[in-house]
Formats: sequence, structure tokens, C-alpha cells
Amino acid sequence: MASSPYFSLAVLFVAALCFGLTPLALAWLWAQVYSPAKPNAIKNAIYECGLESKGDAWVQFRSAYYLYAIIFLIFDVEAVFLLPFAVAFTGLGLAACLAMLVFVLLLVEGLAWAWAKGVLTWA
Amino acid sequence: MAVDEGLKIELGKQGVLVTSLQELYNWGRRNSIWPMQFGLACCAIEMIATTMARYDLARFGAEVFRPSPRQADMMIISGTVTKKMAPQVVRLYNQMAEPKYVIAMGACAISGGPFKQGYNVLKGIDRYIPVDVHIPGCPPRPEALLDAFITLQKKIDGQHLTGEGRPRHLDAEAQGEFPVPVQGEHDLEPASNPGVWTVPVVIR
Ligand code: SF4
Repeated sequence: MASSPYFSLAVLFVAALCFGLTPLALAWLWAQVYSPAKPNAIKNAIYECGLESKGDAWVQFRSAYYLYAIIFLIFDVEAVFLLPFAVAFTGLGLAACLAMLVFVLLLVEGLAWAWAKGVLTWA
Repeated sequence: MAVDEGLKIELGKQGVLVTSLQELYNWGRRNSIWPMQFGLACCAIEMIATTMARYDLARFGAEVFRPSPRQADMMIISGTVTKKMAPQVVRLYNQMAEPKYVIAMGACAISGGPFKQGYNVLKGIDRYIPVDVHIPGCPPRPEALLDAFITLQKKIDGQHLTGEGRPRHLDAEAQGEFPVPVQGEHDLEPASNPGVWTVPVVIR
């Protein structure tokens, strides 16, 4: 067995395991002997800056937040694309202009839709 | 088993280090007190100053202010504890893992300080939780907070692992829960934790 080429690897593997597990075992042993656990309801409660937590953490967010995503796309991403377009405007051909127009119109349509839905009136 | 102090010094001179488990344990503990990141009023500014380069709390191994009570060993009550805040302070203390220590910093935390006559200021946090070190002052200078640290380190150094009078965290029987007061009609209820502090009887 000792002649196997993997023998030294196995020895090192066991040594590595011990290196990691021994401190953990010692810490566990120490806690068993010297540091009795003192759980109680207040201690085990959810930490919320000292306040009592109310309700469940597993809440659903309203899917209506997708409206914000759409408006973000219109106002933010549009600006990102419009800037290079404006810089290169004088050197652009008809096709590029038309493509850009389609892009802008699509977004304007989204804006009109959001407007009609009343999303722009911040309650 | 105890090694005589003089013998220990003698051996130390010869290059032999003799220590006990308890000493090693307390040495490790006292040099790695992690305070909770938690300021209440003006005293907190001095506490922050203490952690900065000029006063350098890191020299005592206590610069790691933790934002969660689960990772903290010590709570510095740095400022005025209002009656609205007191339940939160007590709950946070409860949520810290043992062993835990408390420094009451400044006149307010000790007794209500300049606001003692106020209707909404707690007259000393030691009504609800056990305080290890009190530092007077309004506010105490950073040097005073450092002094409180050193005092606490000395206290930790002197704690025994076993036997009578061992600290709470080593005693399986000792109570670990400190009831959180609730807002009553006129005051916090109860007005103090009798296990920690008894209301003195005023004789008129
Ligand atoms: S003791 Fe003085 S400095 Fe400290 S919190 Fe109270 S009023 Fe402020």
C-alpha cells in the first residue's frame, strides 16, 4: 500500500482534514465544557436594530413595480443611446436615421402608454 | 496546579513560559473585545473619536465595531437613554452572545445626567442591565473611555473559569435573560430589573 503513488496524497489529505477539523473540534469541546448555551426567546428573536420584528420576512413585492422598470428604460437607456446618435448625427445615412427613429418611436409609445395608465402622476 | 507568581517570573527570566488555560483564555478575550456599533447621544461623538487615529482604540484590540449584537462582546452605552430607547437597548443587550460586557459612558448613561429631572430620560441604564464599568463625565474624554477599557480588561483578566463567583457565561445555572421593559401608562414597566438594581427607599 505504501508503494502506491497515491499514498502520500492520501496522507496529505488526512492531514489537511485534521488541520481544518481539529480547531473546530477543540472549539466545540471548549464550548461544551466551559460555555453553556443560554438561549432564550429574546436572544433568539430576529435582530432588527433592537425593535421587535413584525410580520414575516417572506413578503411578496407588488409586480406593479415593473412600471418603474419600463419608465427607467425610457428615460435612462434612451438617453444613453441618443447621445452617440446626436454626436454622429451629421455623418449618418438615411437608414441609420430611420432605425433610430423606430427605436425612439417605440420608446415614445411606451411613454404614451405609461402616461395613459397614470403612472406619471406620482401619488 | 497553580504556579506561584514569583516562580513564574523566575522561569520567564530563563525563557520558560508557564501559563494556565485560564490565563490564556482571558488573555485572548481581553485583547479582542468587539464593541457594538451603537451610539445614543453626544457621548457617542467622543466614542467615535476614541476609535480614530489620535486615541486609537485599536491598541487594545477593540477597534472592530460590529453592526450586529451577535458579533459583539461589549456594549458602550454612549449617551442619553430615553425611555423610548431603553427597551431597544435592553433587547440588544439580550441579543448579544455571552460573555458580554457593558460600559456606561457619561453622566446620562449612569444616572440621567443633565436630564435627570426630565420626564422621558431613564435615570441610569444599570436599572435594567448589569454595567461593568461606569465612566463619569459630560462627555467623558476619550482618555476616560480608554481607562474604562483598561479597567474592563483587568476585570476580564481576573475572572475564573470555575468555582464560586465565576462569570455568568460560564455558569450553566445563571440566568441569561434580562426582561425588556415596556411602555406603561406613565413610565417604563417595570421601573427596574430587581435582579440587577433595587430601587432605593427614600426616607423622608
Ligand atoms: S453625558 Fe453629557 S455628553 Fe454624554 S450624552 Fe449625556 S449630555 Fe451628552
